[in-house]
Amino acid sequence: MNTKRFFAVFKARNIEFFRDKSSLGWNLIFPVLLLVGFSFIFSGDGRSAYKIGIINIAAEGAAQATEENKFFEDIRFIDYIYYESVDAAKSKLSRHTIDLVIEPLSMQYWVNDESAKSYLVEKIFSTQLNGFTRLETSGKKIRYVDWVLPGILGMNMMFSCLFGVGYVIVRYRKNAVLKRLKATPLSAFEFVSAQLLSRLFIVMFMSIIVYSGCNLLFNFFMLGSYFDLIIIGMLGAFCLISLGLLVASRSKSEELIGGLLNLTSWPMMMLSGVWFSLEGAPPALKSFADFLPLTHLVAGARKIITEGATLSDISYHVISLLVMSIVFLSLGAYFFSWNTER
Amino acid sequence: MSVAISVEALTKKYKDVIAVNDISFNVEQGHCFGLLGPNGAGKTTTIEIMEGIIGASSGSVVYKNKENQAKEVDNNISQQIGIQFQHTALQDFLTVKETLNLFSAFYQHTIAQDKLIELCDLSEFLDRDNRLLSGGQRQRLLLALALINDPEIIFLDEPTTGLDPHARRNFWQLIKNIKAQNKTIVLTTHYMDEAEQLCDDIVIMDQGKIIESGTPHQLLSKHFNDVFIYLPKQQVPPTLVEQNKWTILSGRVEITTSNVEKTLALLMDNKVSLEGLHVKSANLDDLFLHLTGHSLRE
Repeated sequence: MNTKRFFAVFKARNIEFFRDKSSLGWNLIFPVLLLVGFSFIFSGDGRSAYKIGIINIAAEGAAQATEENKFFEDIRFIDYIYYESVDAAKSKLSRHTIDLVIEPLSMQYWVNDESAKSYLVEKIFSTQLNGFTRLETSGKKIRYVDWVLPGILGMNMMFSCLFGVGYVIVRYRKNAVLKRLKATPLSAFEFVSAQLLSRLFIVMFMSIIVYSGCNLLFNFFMLGSYFDLIIIGMLGAFCLISLGLLVASRSKSEELIGGLLNLTSWPMMMLSGVWFSLEGAPPALKSFADFLPLTHLVAGARKIITEGATLSDISYHVISLLVMSIVFLSLGAYFFSWNTER
Repeated sequence: MSVAISVEALTKKYKDVIAVNDISFNVEQGHCFGLLGPNGAGKTTTIEIMEGIIGASSGSVVYKNKENQAKEVDNNISQQIGIQFQHTALQDFLTVKETLNLFSAFYQHTIAQDKLIELCDLSEFLDRDNRLLSGGQRQRLLLALALINDPEIIFLDEPTTGLDPHARRNFWQLIKNIKAQNKTIVLTTHYMDEAEQLCDDIVIMDQGKIIESGTPHQLLSKHFNDVFIYLPKQQVPPTLVEQNKWTILSGRVEITTSNVEKTLALLMDNKVSLEGLHVKSANLDDLFLHLTGHSLRE
């Protein structure tokens, strides 16, 4: 690869993006508007039910645990969530995802001393918890805006990667910019890699600006490492750009590519956990979502932000994104055409 | 004069259509070579095969250097030739200067940018966004991009289509300046006046085939000894038109003659007013009509 030619195309594409004020503005404003909107809508935390985590160890003593569970479940309008591990339940309690953790077998319960709901639910259960050992944990609350942040940033990255690469390449092909470039010594590999890295740079730069700006406004929750977050963001963007290149590898029609990109992006927007968790969804739907790159980007970023996960903890998502990137890039390179042959 | 490009038995088929049908010709070094023909004649397909942009179904295109070493066209030829396509867009939001810099980076050897700017007269709008260029300015920039690697051979595919007459004449002057540097130019056009102004050799194509080739002067001399005299219809008695088998065309009488003096004497003897008389010699448009029975712009 000739680096002089590569950087010339990389620079030209960056100039084109940053001078296109309408596109630049939209890339900045759209995610901020969504975050502000969702923060406003869910500021009161619309999920009114109290949530109790119950440690239900299904090994020895299971019968006793089940009997004890029934004792708590008699109280209505409370959501009961069962955990096999005390640590997992305590982690949820510390982030205000649930309001109380009870382990009937060992006669212990935990409250979050920074949570008003935890205080109230303890009072409600005071009779049932009589004789239990009271333990405390603490932790900052995860608001919906903290939860939805990786989804919105991921969705914005998805649109920028798919449309910013796919649509632009088809436009270049249609109005013969690609044909003009083919008439120079520039190789397809140099052109495609410059497009890929230019968009990766733009997407990461814009996402960091949006995150930093919104962080001043919302003071986002962050348990993990920013370095890990950037790595999963780059992997996700790389994968989505590769998908954009694959979708745009041959077409010359802007209408067709618009349809194909919508067909690609809408399932991800709905099924990749951008707006809501797929935890309770049918297994077939969850399996389908596993084939969508945005699912792994959002899930990985969310685990880093809200659970403090490391890259090795989210290795499944990292590997999935890498494998998908290789598949999309290989197919995109195989099918890519300057399309000068009529 | 040595041959710069040799085209042999070139054919290009698209499914059921034969765009180029077994054509052969040579392009001489330092000449301006014109491929003429109406839209759909196969000019652009031929030139794009010569440029290595598209492949031929059969036949060959061989480039020869000044030492007469031959090389078949391939993807690497782009370092040595300059191309101006008929339809091409430039990257949005880049200025003329940035576009020149972008294309300069693609080549190992480039012409000095100041020289190029002067040659193509770009200095007035160097900092202007590509999207804001007029048709003439845009064509001058595209010509500059074709010349950026200081090529020995330059392909210009209908470079003046869509330009106003003033811009066309300015563009012709640019091409003449390039030609004066002993560059080989391959030009396609359907403007006959352009070909007459610029081309040393021409090939006339129709429906994928070569129907005639030679220098413009040779071809006109070969097919036309006559000149055309036109007079308003109402000034010429119908009996005179009938007797001499002259033609009435769009309210005018067209007289084809090889002896202008004798014809004028005949008109004056019959007391025909010569007011509005127009004499025209045959041009390449007439030649094309003569060869194919239809006009170049049909």
